[in-house]
Amino acid sequence: MKNTRIHSWPIRLMHWLNALCMVCMFMSGWAIYNASPLFGFRFPAELTVGGWLGGSLAWHFAFMWLLAINGLAYVLHGLLSRHFQRDLLPVSPRAVARDMSAALRLKLVHEKGVYNAVQRLMYWLVLAAGVLIVLSGLAIWKPIQLQQLTAMFGGYDAARYVHFAAMAAIGAFVVVHLVLVLLVPKTLLPMITGGTRPIRIGDRQA
Amino acid sequence: MSASKKGPRIQLDPAQRLQLENIQRRNFLRGGLTVGAMAMLSGCNLQDGDQVDRVLWAMSRWNDRVQAWLFSGQRLAPTFSKAQMTQPFPFNAYYGQDDIPEVDLSDYALSVSGRVRDKSPWTLDGLRKLPQRTDITRLVCVEGWSAIGQWGGVPLRIFLEHIGADTTAKYVGFKCADRYYSSLDMATALHPQTLLALDYGEVALPPEYGYPLRLRVPTKLGFKNPKHIVEIYVSNDNPGGYWEDQGYNWFSGI
Repeated sequence: MKNTRIHSWPIRLMHWLNALCMVCMFMSGWAIYNASPLFGFRFPAELTVGGWLGGSLAWHFAFMWLLAINGLAYVLHGLLSRHFQRDLLPVSPRAVARDMSAALRLKLVHEKGVYNAVQRLMYWLVLAAGVLIVLSGLAIWKPIQLQQLTAMFGGYDAARYVHFAAMAAIGAFVVVHLVLVLLVPKTLLPMITGGTRPIRIGDRQA
Repeated sequence: MSASKKGPRIQLDPAQRLQLENIQRRNFLRGGLTVGAMAMLSGCNLQDGDQVDRVLWAMSRWNDRVQAWLFSGQRLAPTFSKAQMTQPFPFNAYYGQDDIPEVDLSDYALSVSGRVRDKSPWTLDGLRKLPQRTDITRLVCVEGWSAIGQWGGVPLRIFLEHIGADTTAKYVGFKCADRYYSSLDMATALHPQTLLALDYGEVALPPEYGYPLRLRVPTKLGFKNPKHIVEIYVSNDNPGGYWEDQGYNWFSGI
């Protein structure tokens, strides 16, 4: 029986680059939020990067490029390599309900190199949140040059709330993602080494 | 959670299994270390001159270029109705309201220098005799909040034409009575809504909003709208700015 990689090298590289970018964007973004909070709380200074507003903005506007380029490369790779189609589809509501109930009863079996329906749904949702956070970020950054985009979000002030909500959604995904890695630690190593699993029907033959 | 029952499994003996688990743990710790490294880097603040700061400054200059490319000299900032104005409009400066500079209006004169034909100073009356424009626009602060206000005055483009400014030069600089300073790229200086503002609402600028003369640039963040202006100059050397020189992005277009 032939084996294949669980995660190809482009996926692993982009995963860890994205992790680095997300840490930087979260920490600098929280500092920027603190300069003019939308809600009745501030993020602890220890969780921020940049030291002062000017520093935090510099981090945010530097790492946004790496985040965006990496994200774009990921989407292109996902489409061209058929990674999305092969690993993240189909997602039927019935399968999601089945796997969700199994997961909550702690009876969901982790199949090496296969995403269950709940995971697939989560990945699609976090990808959508990723698109939303980029678009709302652009709307806040350029409310005049990109005023049609800003208007789509209901104006500058509303776009700030959307940007925050998308951050919260991605943050929640990261928490669940890390909890799952802690529960099933054997999923961590393949994201570093690539891992191996048997070839199955639908795999691209190398 | 159990492992997959499908497909062949490599059977590890207990010692090998332990070794594998240790490797996994170590890798996990390494992941933790990168977050720790981030915490150490969080001191990088554009003011220490270390390697990371140099990268951040370079990225900020790159962002200047991208924003200059994105900027349209024709695209107007959205305007609002009087009913949408923020009441009261917030005071904002790098100092408190008690330290607003005192400007003697009786001998106020606006100096003009640099790459201009006519360097004679301007009185407030002289400025009021030039064509005026009023816009109700949104001021967006670098901190994230925004407020809508009405500013009236001389379009900077008209003023620059009157003093015979070299509009092929790159920058217009501003010096203020409160030792604040800032600068614009020429394209933004020539934008139709960029005003040398004399009025806020229906009255002459009050002290807290930058009397007797301020810049109102709706296409820039708030800190690029200097108040209490006493000198304007045209230059090919970037004059920088009070905040810009500390690390706020210089272009800061919106």
